[in-house]
Amino acid sequence: MTTFLRRTGMQIPWLKLLARHHVIWCLVVSALLPLNSYAADDPAANNRLEPALKLLKTGSFKEKLHAIELLAASGDPLALNYLKPLLQARLYYRKDNGDIVIAEREGSQYQLTAPVDGTALGRVKKRSIKKITINNAMRRLLREKIAGLSLTNPDPKIREAAVNEMITSRANGLARTLKGLVDQEEDASVKALMQTGIALGVLDTGTDEEKIAAISQLSHSLNPAVRNRLEQLSADAGTSKIGKAARKALVTIEGRVAFYNHIETLFFGLSLGSVLVLAAIGLAITFGVMGVINMAHGELIMLGAYTTYLIQQMMPAYIGWSLLVAVPAAFLVSGAVGIVIERGIIRFLYGRPLETLLATFGVSLILQQIVRTVISPQNVPVLNPSWMSGSLQVNSVLSLTYNRLYIIVFSLAVFIALFLVLKKTRLGLGVRAVSQNRAMARAMGVRSGRVDAMTFGLGSGIAGVAGVALSQLTNVGPNLGQSYIIDSFMVVVFGGVGSLLGTLVAGLSLGVANKILEPSVGAVLAKILVLVFIILFIQKRPRGLFPQKGRAVEN
Amino acid sequence: MVSKTLKKLAVTSVLATASLIGSGMGMAADTIKVGVLHSLSGTMAISETTLKDTVLMMIDQQNKKGGVLGKKLEPVVVDPASNWPLFAEKTRELLSKEKVDVIFGCWTSVSRKSVLPVLEELNGLLFYPVQYEGEESSRNVFYTGAAPNQQAIPAVDYLINEVGVKRWVLAGTDYVYPRTTNKILEAYLKAKGVKPDDIMINYTPFGHSDWQSIVSDIKKFGSTGKKTAVVSTINGDANVPFYKELGNQGISSEDIPVVAFSVGEEELAGIDTKPLVGHLAAWNYFMSVDTPENEKFIDAWHKFIKDDKRVTNDPMEATMIGFNLWVKAVEKAKTTNVDKVIDTMIGLETPNLTGGTAKVLKNHHITKPVLIGEIQDDGQFEVVWKTDKEVPGDAWSDYLEGSKDLIADWTKPIYCGNYNVKTKKCAGQKY
Amino acid sequence: MILIDILKKDRGGQIFLAVLLVTTVTVACLNLAVPESSVWHVSTYTVTLLGKYLTYALLAVAVDLVWGYLGILSLGHSAFFALGGYAMGMYLMRQIGDRGVYGNANLPDFMVFLNWHELPWFWYGFDMFWFAALMVVLVPGILAFIFGWLAFRSQVTGVYLSIITQALTYALMLAFFRNEMGFGGNNGLTDFKDILGFDLQADSTRIGLFVASAIALALGYLACRYIVNSRLGRVAVAIRDAEDRTRFIGYRVDHVKLWIFTFSAVLAGVAGALYVPQVGIINPGEFSPLNSIELVVWVAVGGRATLYGAVLGAIAVNYGKTYFTAALPDLWLFALGALFILVTVLLPRGIVGLLRRREATQ
Repeated sequence: MTTFLRRTGMQIPWLKLLARHHVIWCLVVSALLPLNSYAADDPAANNRLEPALKLLKTGSFKEKLHAIELLAASGDPLALNYLKPLLQARLYYRKDNGDIVIAEREGSQYQLTAPVDGTALGRVKKRSIKKITINNAMRRLLREKIAGLSLTNPDPKIREAAVNEMITSRANGLARTLKGLVDQEEDASVKALMQTGIALGVLDTGTDEEKIAAISQLSHSLNPAVRNRLEQLSADAGTSKIGKAARKALVTIEGRVAFYNHIETLFFGLSLGSVLVLAAIGLAITFGVMGVINMAHGELIMLGAYTTYLIQQMMPAYIGWSLLVAVPAAFLVSGAVGIVIERGIIRFLYGRPLETLLATFGVSLILQQIVRTVISPQNVPVLNPSWMSGSLQVNSVLSLTYNRLYIIVFSLAVFIALFLVLKKTRLGLGVRAVSQNRAMARAMGVRSGRVDAMTFGLGSGIAGVAGVALSQLTNVGPNLGQSYIIDSFMVVVFGGVGSLLGTLVAGLSLGVANKILEPSVGAVLAKILVLVFIILFIQKRPRGLFPQKGRAVEN
Repeated sequence: MVSKTLKKLAVTSVLATASLIGSGMGMAADTIKVGVLHSLSGTMAISETTLKDTVLMMIDQQNKKGGVLGKKLEPVVVDPASNWPLFAEKTRELLSKEKVDVIFGCWTSVSRKSVLPVLEELNGLLFYPVQYEGEESSRNVFYTGAAPNQQAIPAVDYLINEVGVKRWVLAGTDYVYPRTTNKILEAYLKAKGVKPDDIMINYTPFGHSDWQSIVSDIKKFGSTGKKTAVVSTINGDANVPFYKELGNQGISSEDIPVVAFSVGEEELAGIDTKPLVGHLAAWNYFMSVDTPENEKFIDAWHKFIKDDKRVTNDPMEATMIGFNLWVKAVEKAKTTNVDKVIDTMIGLETPNLTGGTAKVLKNHHITKPVLIGEIQDDGQFEVVWKTDKEVPGDAWSDYLEGSKDLIADWTKPIYCGNYNVKTKKCAGQKY
Repeated sequence: MILIDILKKDRGGQIFLAVLLVTTVTVACLNLAVPESSVWHVSTYTVTLLGKYLTYALLAVAVDLVWGYLGILSLGHSAFFALGGYAMGMYLMRQIGDRGVYGNANLPDFMVFLNWHELPWFWYGFDMFWFAALMVVLVPGILAFIFGWLAFRSQVTGVYLSIITQALTYALMLAFFRNEMGFGGNNGLTDFKDILGFDLQADSTRIGLFVASAIALALGYLACRYIVNSRLGRVAVAIRDAEDRTRFIGYRVDHVKLWIFTFSAVLAGVAGALYVPQVGIINPGEFSPLNSIELVVWVAVGGRATLYGAVLGAIAVNYGKTYFTAALPDLWLFALGALFILVTVLLPRGIVGLLRRREATQ
């Protein structure tokens, strides 16, 4: 029996634990006992699963939950062959003979395999099979059952989940059970969680002294279960020693929580800021350096996002790599479109900055409508690679989402790259020369037309790169650009037209300011206040945070 | 002699036939004009273009069946460009210049509000196919989408009874539909004994894309140990970043389920659905519902739009129901005259796509089943719960202070869209 | 006498005013006197449409005054337009009285269903027309005055000024979208019944509003023409062409800018007030920065710094929009976009410039 249990992931200490849950124990035992009398490959084994499988096909969700319990409790290794595909939503049944099958989409048809031994059962149309649907409650149960949620599972994640489950359900004998395991535990975070669990258990069962000791130990924990328990305790225990200790611990905990909340707000602000910087930095080139009020800037961002989408369509098997391909691709696409716009329209308008606004506004309408007609007026799905999903759990109150982390890093990288291009390359020299004094630059042999085209292409390409990043955060649709264009202008103007550093500082500080205001006044009012602040700031410093100096500025 | 008479007879009969054919041809040339008032550009184009195509498909099908009253239907499509005053202008154009007999259109509440005075002035007829906040019943409008009691309240009931939710986040975009729905839900939850501390209400602007702080707040709100759910009236575009942020901050549908009223198949088509699996939506129709009617409808749609990847959704069903009801009413009244059609409409029934019937009520709303679906990884919904029978739409909510005494009844003797049962008076308007 | 003075050298203006007079009278007569069955009948639909164009034209004149003659590219004029519109909308809202769906005489419908119990203070007085009319002028005027006073005093110019005017209208749009503000949120104000006791749905009222818009446009035009002909106007042009030199000569540049900017905002407010009863709705979408850009485009299409060019541009672009949204719904954005590009690149002086050039070559 032991070997069998090992194989199915159920081990003796788990049973020990179960022994305290009498009902479950009885259930498990009654389900397990008959097993000993059969050989594992007995055809009758399949028959035992049959009632549960039947429930899965036809039952209500409540009955399906019961079916999962039955399957898991059957102890039959074959049960896993059903449970796993069920969780992955790959389990179907045939409408003709009712057989349960695993179906995999292949083109317009479905490839069927038998769950028991994986034999191929041919390909059928969608119409001839029906999916066995699952809901949230089933998903949770399946995950628990498949993992064999156990305190001694070799996977520390599962052990952690098991401890957490016990803590939140306030299982009986929490302290005793965990005490027996904590010394053998090797994983530090699971160990800490176990100690928290033990202390929480003591709060239920221990003497007053033990309880006070437990409280002082718990005051280092940020686990929400601890906070809830202590709040309850401080309410229940009133002015007794324990109540006082609990309140004191709560104060300590809340202080730390507040601290981490501030860090979180800062992170949110920086991440919003880095999005603003990304959106605006291309504009800092086209608008800031060249003086073109490029209203089509948002649409160049949009093109970058659509490039990401198309790249993903072309390499559906390599979503993880798609972004790395999309960054240069988007740069080239948006950059090329930018050069076309510059050569086709803007070069006729130098010296008339306000009129570039009107022409590029026309361009933006056309680009939007092209996307609507050629691709679709609907939003398109851009996938997140797995490395962009999820979050870095610092502790139980602070977690930093990976996509935001990467975007902060990415925006800084783009900024530095652009900075180097402008300061260290020949193109950068040309750009600076032409933007400072066009006539003089030409006299010195700079081909200003070429420099203009390249500069505009550079700014547009950066916009495209920003589009790749934004595609990971928000909708990709024809209106994507419009939602960022005004913010981008605000950032560039606030930072000071012509100053890259200004754009960086302005974007980040506006993001942080927005996020600091948001919790107290709400998202809309925060944005309004930031806008009003910019308006007033411009009165104080009409040329932004980092004004350009010199004569060139005056006209 | 005989031959002469015969000749005469022959000539007259030929002439008679010719004139008959002639008049028949005259009738065929004479069409019934159907106005289509959906934005084809601007922010709402994303949702509304589909409905324009749905109406065109219905017209096409009806014409293949021989039209209505022996006449072909002729669609008149205009683009109000997601611009609310333009909706009013285009309605005026449809009614007074194009002289259409009926209009199918509008999506947002504000567009409907903008169109309303024009409809009433020129006595037009509008079929409005989208779920909305209620608090309205115009003689000139039939509401084939859900009223709050056909969507929001059953969804909350489901969460209370089946999921055991004790703590509530009501998150919405700041406009009239979420405001009203949340007001109704707040009153409803309090009536069910939920403490004010256990309700968190949050509004965000249109197209909100930075959800970090709000999701983090929801996470904190949900960490008290009580089962928490989010009731989302977040409008279309803002949903994608919202769900992405939920997923990334590690809130799964198993911890804090989100039930949405504005997320349907069409919206999911633009999303990577993996982080959404298990979240809920409440509608009156899902594409995944397995009925012969629905299968037929989906096939017809794919054929018409020439793309078998396109999805169908709830407002499309509502458009279809509205169209079929109108055709029935016209055929029963034997005229397209707006007054006659309006009076004939009440009590008419037509099958819906989920196996029941939609019946037009005295308040110009219809009966609808309520379905709760869980989002699956293929962008479809799986029905996890549905009402036993169709729920009649309620124009005026019983949970709002201003409207609990109001009813709408467009049959004599009341004949009023906002009749106060206490004062026995029909408030306002020109009635 | 003054009229002749103002229009002495303004042939374009003479033509424009004559056309406006003839059109207004003809349209009014053809709508009211000619029976509906006649081919000569002008439908009420056309009348409201024309009325709307006229208010847009007035708005365009206001923009041309500051952009064409003062060199300020305001991207925030739709804010003044919308504020004027809201002031009028609030009056119209109060006129509904107990004829709203809830029959509440004290509160507009949207407040009733959001469970408001009393009228917010800033709605007081709007049940009187004179007060609303005053606000139509004062609210945009004061906002422009404060904004201009801050901006011109600290010499915010050029692109910076354009962008902060845009920030202004954007902030107002966000604010008005909030339901807590008490202006009806996204739905705005609608379902108006009557104005000064006249039924808004009656043909005669519509003609009345149409004629009022025509008169407002004519007066607005004359006032602007008077200003640009005056000494103030010539200083304004000097500022546009060389601001620093004008300042060094000793003119109070900021005062000139401030007064003209404020006057322009008032005109925009009046245009908004006339616009609202004719289209029947005012909502925060009117504040949209894109609207402001579009209206600058009208002026550019017509021809900058001519005033009548602005009128021409506003009417031409809007007619095109009405026509194309019906005729080519999928393509009209292409047409509009192409128009903007072509006009700015090929016709820097707009349609008026084109006409003048033709005249000159003949």
